[in-house]
Parts: sequence; C-alpha cells; structure tokens
Amino acid sequence: MTELPDTTKRKLGLVIDLDTCVGCHACVISCKGWNTENYGAPLSDQSPYGADPSGTFLNRVHSYEVQPKEGAAQLIHFPKSCLHCEDAPCVTVCPTGASYKRVEDGIVLVNESDCIGCGLCAWACPYGAREMDAAAGVMKKCTLCVDRIYNDTLPEEDRVPACVRSCPAGARHFGDLGDPDSAVSKLVVERGGIDLMPEQGTKPVNKYLPPRPKDRITETAPRLTPVAQDIGGFLGWLDRTLERLPGGDS
Amino acid sequence: MSHRQPDLNLSPKVSDEVRKTTCYMCACRCGINVHMKRGADGTQQVAYIEGNRDHPVNKGVLCAKGSAGIMQVNAPSRLRAPLKRVGPRGSGQFEEISWDEALEIATGWLKPLREKAPEKLAFFTGRDQSQSFTGWWAQKFGTPNYAAHGGFCSVNMATAGIYTMGGSFWEFGQPDWDYTKLFILFGVAEDHDSNPIKMGIGKIKARGARVIGVNPVRSGYNAVADDWVSITPGTDGLFILSLIHVLMTAGKIDLEYLARYTNAPCLVAEAPGTPEHGLLLRGADGKTLVIDRASGALTPFDQPGVRPDLSATHTRDGILYRPVLHLMAERYLSSDYAPETVAERCGIPADKIRAVAGEIARVAFDEAFELDRQWTDFRGETHPTMVGRPVSFHAMRGISAHANGFQTARALHVLQILLGTVEVPGGFRFKPPYPKPAEIHPKPHFNVTPGAPLDGPHLGFVQGPEDLALKVDGSPARIDKAFTWENPMSAHGLMHMVISNAHAGDPYKIDTLFMYMANMAWNSSMNTRSVMEMLTDTDESGTYVIPHIIYSDAYSSEMVAYADLILPDTTYLERHDCISLLDRPICEADALADAIRWPVIAPDRDVRGFQSVLIDLGVRLGLPGFVDESGAAVYADYADYIVNHERKPGIGPLAGWRGEGGNKTGRGTPNPGQMARYIENGGFFVSHIPKAASYYKPWNAAYQNWAVESGLYDSPQPYLFQLYVEPLRKFQRAAEGHGEHQPPEHLRDRLKTVMDPLPIWYETDQQGNAGFTVNALTQRPMAMYHSWGSQNAWLRQLHGHNPLYVPTRLMREHGLRDGDWAKVTSPHGEITVPVREMAALNDATVWTWNAIGKRKGAWALKGDAPEATRGFLLNHLIHELLPPKGDGLRWANSDPITGQAAWFDLKVKIEKAIPPDESQPAFAPLTSPVGQGPDHLEWKVGK
Repeated sequence: MTELPDTTKRKLGLVIDLDTCVGCHACVISCKGWNTENYGAPLSDQSPYGADPSGTFLNRVHSYEVQPKEGAAQLIHFPKSCLHCEDAPCVTVCPTGASYKRVEDGIVLVNESDCIGCGLCAWACPYGAREMDAAAGVMKKCTLCVDRIYNDTLPEEDRVPACVRSCPAGARHFGDLGDPDSAVSKLVVERGGIDLMPEQGTKPVNKYLPPRPKDRITETAPRLTPVAQDIGGFLGWLDRTLERLPGGDS
Repeated sequence: MSHRQPDLNLSPKVSDEVRKTTCYMCACRCGINVHMKRGADGTQQVAYIEGNRDHPVNKGVLCAKGSAGIMQVNAPSRLRAPLKRVGPRGSGQFEEISWDEALEIATGWLKPLREKAPEKLAFFTGRDQSQSFTGWWAQKFGTPNYAAHGGFCSVNMATAGIYTMGGSFWEFGQPDWDYTKLFILFGVAEDHDSNPIKMGIGKIKARGARVIGVNPVRSGYNAVADDWVSITPGTDGLFILSLIHVLMTAGKIDLEYLARYTNAPCLVAEAPGTPEHGLLLRGADGKTLVIDRASGALTPFDQPGVRPDLSATHTRDGILYRPVLHLMAERYLSSDYAPETVAERCGIPADKIRAVAGEIARVAFDEAFELDRQWTDFRGETHPTMVGRPVSFHAMRGISAHANGFQTARALHVLQILLGTVEVPGGFRFKPPYPKPAEIHPKPHFNVTPGAPLDGPHLGFVQGPEDLALKVDGSPARIDKAFTWENPMSAHGLMHMVISNAHAGDPYKIDTLFMYMANMAWNSSMNTRSVMEMLTDTDESGTYVIPHIIYSDAYSSEMVAYADLILPDTTYLERHDCISLLDRPICEADALADAIRWPVIAPDRDVRGFQSVLIDLGVRLGLPGFVDESGAAVYADYADYIVNHERKPGIGPLAGWRGEGGNKTGRGTPNPGQMARYIENGGFFVSHIPKAASYYKPWNAAYQNWAVESGLYDSPQPYLFQLYVEPLRKFQRAAEGHGEHQPPEHLRDRLKTVMDPLPIWYETDQQGNAGFTVNALTQRPMAMYHSWGSQNAWLRQLHGHNPLYVPTRLMREHGLRDGDWAKVTSPHGEITVPVREMAALNDATVWTWNAIGKRKGAWALKGDAPEATRGFLLNHLIHELLPPKGDGLRWANSDPITGQAAWFDLKVKIEKAIPPDESQPAFAPLTSPVGQGPDHLEWKVGK
C-alpha cells in the first residue's frame, strides 16, 4: 500500500462549469491528442474501425437528462476526469507505489515503469477516472498535463492543461484550489462550486460549478401593456410618439 | 510504502517545428498550430494539432474535430490514386490509373461537350471552400449548371438575410458578444457555427447575460440556455410573427431606427388590380421616396437632412401611397398573430410567448446604453454616441430547412430590425464583406454559347421576373431549375435536384455529372435508394441514363462507388487553399480577414489537390483564363492562381500583402511573395476596422469609405433595410397577370401566396401527410458537424451510434423502451431502427444524428461497424419530390421561393417493431477500393 503525502504545497486542479459546458467533446479529444503524443505510453485504440471501438481516454463527457418536479426536462453535460483527490484511494491502494500524489502540487500520477497493471486503483476510484491501456498494460489517468503546465519550452499562456486551452466555451478553469485568493478559488465561492460525491470522503480537488436555475422566464419577465388594439389605435399612438421624438412638431 | 515520487522531465520538447495553417474539418476554418516531430522514418510528421491563439476565428480554442485532425490524415479510408471503374456502377470495382490517363479520360468526355453543348456538363461541388474558383472554372467552361451545397443546406437563411438587410447569420455576421445581454438562438442545437458560437455563449454567460434556445431538441447550446422554448418544427415563423404582434401592440419598436435606416417610411402604392399596386414610390432616378417630416415634401431617402416620416401618406395620380409601417401594423396587429391564436400550433403556451416578448422588450429598451463613439451617417448627420440595444439573435438550418423557411428567416430579420438591434452595439453585427445590398450582387447568368464561356457568374440575386434563368421558350436554363418560377430566388442552386432531374431528363438530359465532396449516393441526397438507382439506371441500349460521372473526394465515401472516374483529393494538411473574401469569408465584425492552407506535409500517395487538378483540366480543355493566347498554361497550380489571379484589376483571391512591396491591403497588384507572407503570419491576414466605423455599417460614412479603400465595394453603397421586399412583390404582381414575364398557370396561386413582400407564415404542403403526425429531424453532433466522414477513429468513439430519440409521450404511447426497435414510416418509405427515450424534446418530434449511418464497405470501416449495422439515415423517408398531385408535374420538396431542400418538413408515424438483425433498409456491401482499417492504433510520432 502506498502513502499519500501529509500535505501538498499547492492543490492544482480544474473547475468545470456545468452551466456553460455544451457537451462538444473538445476537451476529450485535445486530451487524447496531447496525451497520446506525450506523457507515458500512447493512448491506444482497439478496434478503431470495427464493431466495438474502445480506446483509452483520460477525460470523457457524459450527458444526463434531469427531470425537475416542475417544468421541462434538462440535459446536463458532465465532463469527468481524475479529480486529484486529497485523500486519493487510488494511491493508497497501489501495491507498488506506482500511483502517487505529488508533494509540490497535489497532482495524482502513475509512474508507468512501476505499474504492474493490476487495476486495483481503478477499482478503488469511486469516480471511474482511471483507464487501463489495453496495449501498454499500464494504468492511464489525467496528469493535469504535468508536462505542459511547467513546460518552459511553451509560451507562458500555454502552460495550462490541453483541455483548458482547447475548451471553446471557456467552461474549464485551471489553478490552485489551495490558495483562497486564486481566480479559481474565487470562482468556486462566487458560483457555489461543489465537490463530486463528497460522501466518499476523497476530498476531490477539482470542483464543479452547478447549472444556474433554468426555465423561469414566465415568472421573471414583464408582460407588455398594449398601446393599441387595432390599426387605428396604433396609428394614433404612432403620431403621438413621433411628435415627441427629436424633430417632432412639439 | 512511504511516499516517493520520481523525477519528471517537466519541460519536454513539444515539437521540432510548428506549422500554422487552417483547419478544414468543418466550415468554421479555425487557425491551427500543427506540431511536427521527426518520426521513425526520419521525416517530419504531424504529432499534435492545437488552436492558433492569434487567429481571428478561434483565438486558440479548437473543437473535437480539429483536435482529431491527425486521425483524418492517417485515415485508412484515404484514396490512394486515380481510379477507373471496371465493374458495374455502384459495385465499387475500380482499377488504379495514372493521373495522365485520368485527366485524358476526363478531357475526352468534356471537350466535345464544350464544343457542342456545354450545358451537358453538370458541375456541382459540395462542401467546397473554393466556390469563387470552381464557379469561375465552370463559367469558363461555359455550362450554366454549377452550384455548391447551399441549396440543400441553408440558402433560405442566406437569401432572406441578403434581401432583407444585406447579410445574414453565420459567415455574414455575428452577435455582438461584447455587449449583448440577451441571446436568442433559433434552430441550432449543435452545429452552425461551431467554435465562435461556443466561445460567444461562454463569454456572455461568464458575465451573467442570458440565453434563450428555441428548438424542438434541448441538446448542445439549448442545453445550456437559461430558457428553452420547445417549439414544434416548422412553426418558428408563426412564433416570431406573434412576438412581433405583441411588441407592436405595445409600441415596443425603435421608431428612430425604423425612420432613419429602414424602408418603413417608404411609400407603397395602394391600387389593387393595377400594375402599380404594391410597388414603392420612386423618383425619376429610381431612388425610393420618403416624406420629410420637417417640410412634408417628397424627397429621395438619402438626401442630407431628410427626416423620413413613418406616418404620413401621399396621393399621386389618384393612387394612395402608404408607408410600409402602416402595412405592417395592419397585418401584424391582427389577432391571427395573437399568442392565444398561435399557441397550440407552435406548441408554446400563450403566456410563455408573452413572457419572451416582454423579456426581449425589457432588455432592448430598458437596458439600452450608449457607446461614447461619434459617427456620421450617409445623410451627413453626425451622432455623438452609438446607441446599443443588447438583444441578439442567431439562427440556422432548423428554421431554414422547411418549405416556409425563407419567410420564416425574413420574419426573424424583421423582428431584429423592428427592435433596432441590427448593426448597433449589443445587437447583431455584420462581418465584411457584408453588409452588401441585394442589388449590388450579381444576377444569375445562364446564356450558353458552345465553345465559349458563360455570359457571367452563375449564381445571383434576381430583382424581378425579368432576371429568371429561363430559355426563350420559357423552359428552365439550368438542370436544377434554379431561378425559375418554381423557385425564383434560388441563389445557391438546387444540388438536391440535379441527379433526379438529370435522370428524368427534366428539363433536359445531360452527359457528364462532375461532383466534388458531395456524398450524393448516401447522406447528402433525399431518397437515397432511388438516387442510387438513378445513378445506375440504363436506357434501352444499355447506356447509363447519366452517361458519365466524375467524382473527386479524399476518402472512400459511398459516392465513390457510383462514379466512373475518381480524382483523389489530398487532405487539408497537404494542400494549398485560400479562404477568400471573394468566397465564404472568415471576417470578424471588427476586422477583415482571410487565410490560406499550405502543405504542412507532403502527400504520401498519388493524390492531388482538386483545385490544381481543375487547373490542369482547364489547360487541357484550353479554357480562356487557364491558357494564354499561345495555349500555354496561365497558372502552374492552385497556389499560383491564389497569388496571381485577378478577378478585377487589383482584386485577387487574397486581400493581404498585395502590391509590389506587399504593403497594400485589399487592392493592389499581385505580389509573388504573398503566400510566404501568409505562412510567416500564421496562415491568415487581418485588417481591423476603424473604431468609428465599427457599427451602423450600412449607413456609416466611415465604414463605407473604409470598405471602398479595402476593395470590398467599388463605391460607397449606403442602403435601407428592406422590411418590405419589393422584388418579392414583383413576382406576386406577375402572378396577378401584370407584366410581360408571366408564370405558368399552375404556379400562379402559389406565387401570389408565398411571394409576399412582408413576412408571412404558411403551413407547408401537407398533401399525403394524413396519418403522419410526428415531426422527424436530424442534426449533426458538435464533434462531427460539417466534418467530412465519421470514420475518424477518435470521433467515432464519441458518436458511433445514432438511435432514434423519441419523446417520453410517444415512448409510452407505443410501449417502447430504450433499446427497442421501431418501424418509422413516412408517406414515402419506411425504416426500422433502434430507439432511445429523450425527455428534453418537443413531444411531437423524433430525431437522430445525421450521417452516422454508413454503408458497408465505405469509409474503410469493418462490415460489423455499428455505423453499418445499427446506424441509419432518415434520408430514406424523404423524397425530393412532393407526392404526385395528379397533374403529371414533378413538384420539388423545396421552399417555393428559394428551392431550399425542405428536409425538416418530414412527417412520420412510428410503431414498435420486432428487432431485425440490422437497421432497415440494409444495402449490399460495396467493394472497398482501399480495404479496411487496422485492428489496433497506437499513434505516437516521437520517441
């Protein structure tokens, strides 16, 4: 079994805005592209052109329909990847020390050279955020693009995870959730950000911003008062109004 | 085990080189950074693709398709070499031939046509991003039969926008994302236009602005909308006219704006039964006249100091002339458009319609604001500020792909204009080269001279019956019957009718069908099975009814099997292209912009960019413009054309770095170093509009002057928005029996109804629909919108299945559960498909993802791929013709004004079915010219 560090200096993570995510999967594919070419083994695909294509993805978007008690059904797009938990059960369950949480920033990683592909971590993760790569036989997971965020060969503005850089709707935010003054921490406070499945006790670092209330227009919008009921009334209103405009007679 | 962590290299080199070009996975045309790495074989290969932060369209972001471009380049479905058909058409049996042989075959077919009957060539391009070039080629060939895919996509939207306000949504304009406070989206859930809409929604939501989605399906953008209006398909126009009713009744319209910038004060003759009836009062020079409020005198609309009167009438020669606004009040105050009248038909409660109207009025008028920006209008009046009305709209296929789509799109633009929210801060803004009034667009050209070019560009905007593309005997000049009485304003042609008409010999037979990037033997055709039969049908002598078919595509699509000669295209990373202002531009509201593609990798097979192939063909055929007087080639290839072609003196495909030193924008002599400058700049060019010219563009003198300097106009073109579209009235007037150009008798009544100069809503033709009560729609998922094929290994893992989504009410009614199968029947055909429940759906509507279903053998997919076994097309249920009316005529299933394919008028019924082995109908597998893809992928270029 593997120990977690007592504390981490920072708590890097994602804040995902469920009010804005349109479910376009841009984050899913940019993640696939970056992590196929970079950290560790490529994310392989089995039967890529066949009956049941199944590849390794570190980030997936699920869509759920929600039926409120009153009003129309809603569709929520829910991107999901490793939440880099403070009490990460995937680390403590690891028999070889391959899974670990970084002291500097709290990122949970797999050291692929120590991974024996036993799959215990995927079993332990309540979020289903780890995927065994069928070709490499090692466990893959979100690295928070650890090879981008400190990469001094990249321009500073690009030192964010690939999913954050690509998200067209700006629904993904990256930062230090251990720093109450960081932009992401403030966003979480302002928008009432939540933990995913807090009852699991994993203390996830990533936060979700809940959808704003929907379908309230019939309660909130004003109703207009008629100025006319017919063409005659309208033309009368028109003449009166035109007189009051600049250049009018009065 | 105590905590331990390895040393990581946190700064690995990302790539050896970044090559910046333009995406082609859809029509957004985002800027991309292509990261190159040395591969195992020592060559530079594509390792990673990301968005270009400097690019005006996507500003660094990139969608799923763009990021999956690497799988498009290494796709096993890529064609390898030119192909000559050796088996029967439709079998997929080909042999690979050389380019020289392929081009000689094509020349052998085309040369005699050009000499004797150029119209026997029908050249139609699909998702073509080079229409100004392909159209020019067709013009030089001399055939009138050219168009691209607009006719089956969104021509209603484009045409209604241009006739009404000189531009439309999408490439023509965009919401003012910086200032808008209420954004209302019609008929778009997932697609047009991809990244800019997502970026805009994200931007406005971040500052608390609100979104209303009007759509039968609550997916995609509608899923994040604050309010959802689950409208019944085909009734958007009725809903919009009801909003207009409520707003006008409450006096919530912008009278200043209407008086100054629209034809609301222009005067309409009221003389029923006479030829003058419904025409606008004009001066001797043809300019529309208004009554000046100060003097009460009739004055041309554009005179300095004139304040047009919205209310006064005029009598001349015994005819009463009333302002357009009077006519509008008369029509839209009618209780026909009251929310209570339309609620049931639209599927929206009356109070909700009133609430939406109330919210629009509140934001437009109570939250109006001013930008401290002085500007001068075309009448010479200087305004100290710019007034903002922060309500914006966007719409696309959902409202336009109906046979009432033109008038519906018109209604939406009229709503925008009544609110005074077009080209103002917070509203809808045009992108150069728009705004551009309909009158300065070309008119259709169709006059054929054997051995010579056509008399002008094919597509355009008719101003009246005299501009129709009719032969002397009144028969259609074009194979698709564009610009005829059947659909007078068909500005993008009718690609969906070409094969059907050519097969029927109506209006005439053709010899060669030449297509590019158009999957007409599958998802791009209505009535797919019959189209396959038309393509393979033979006459008594055993000759194919369409004797020759040439097709160009990069991939092994279903259409490949139905051609005689295949000209294999490159992928987008292996080619030159220009995204030109002469074509479908990529400008922003604040900037003029264009872009290129360049070969960031060389093709690894015997394929050629289609445009370069057309240039080669042009030379072989000796087309003017392609060869000089000595017969020598003018352009070596497409890249040479892009840099050196001049459409008018000084105006070429690209606006940037023109002139000898490369320091001219818009106008300037060709610059041999132009392509290098584009590459150096990241593949694009941007020129910003001056601040004082940024809004009120159709009337802003600073914008008009800037547009002339930039080569967009030849002279300033200020104009009024056309609430009342007089060209429509001219067709109506002809139908009433006036004028020398008269429609055929069977079309008179329809023309009188639909060519209404003020927006109307009408029920589309329901003949044959009795008993079919469920609306059936399709849309493309965001991760595949407009992308060419869903065989992409990464994207098909997102959307490899397309169940029929059925609303809860219908699931219950038919005893259906997720995973069950249903037989779906239309008046034309039936399919049997898997179903899935969706609650967030209009309860009289079913839908599915379009073009997920593939035919076995196509796209290098395995025969048991879900796309080929459980996937399906709704196309089988949609006929390109309306059911026969017993008059022997072929009535197109299209908008009667523009000819837009009415895909979304489909009505069906569903019933539970015994699950078949595969979705029905199933078709025999095609022989694949490229084989099948690999069983595993582990893609990594670097070590």
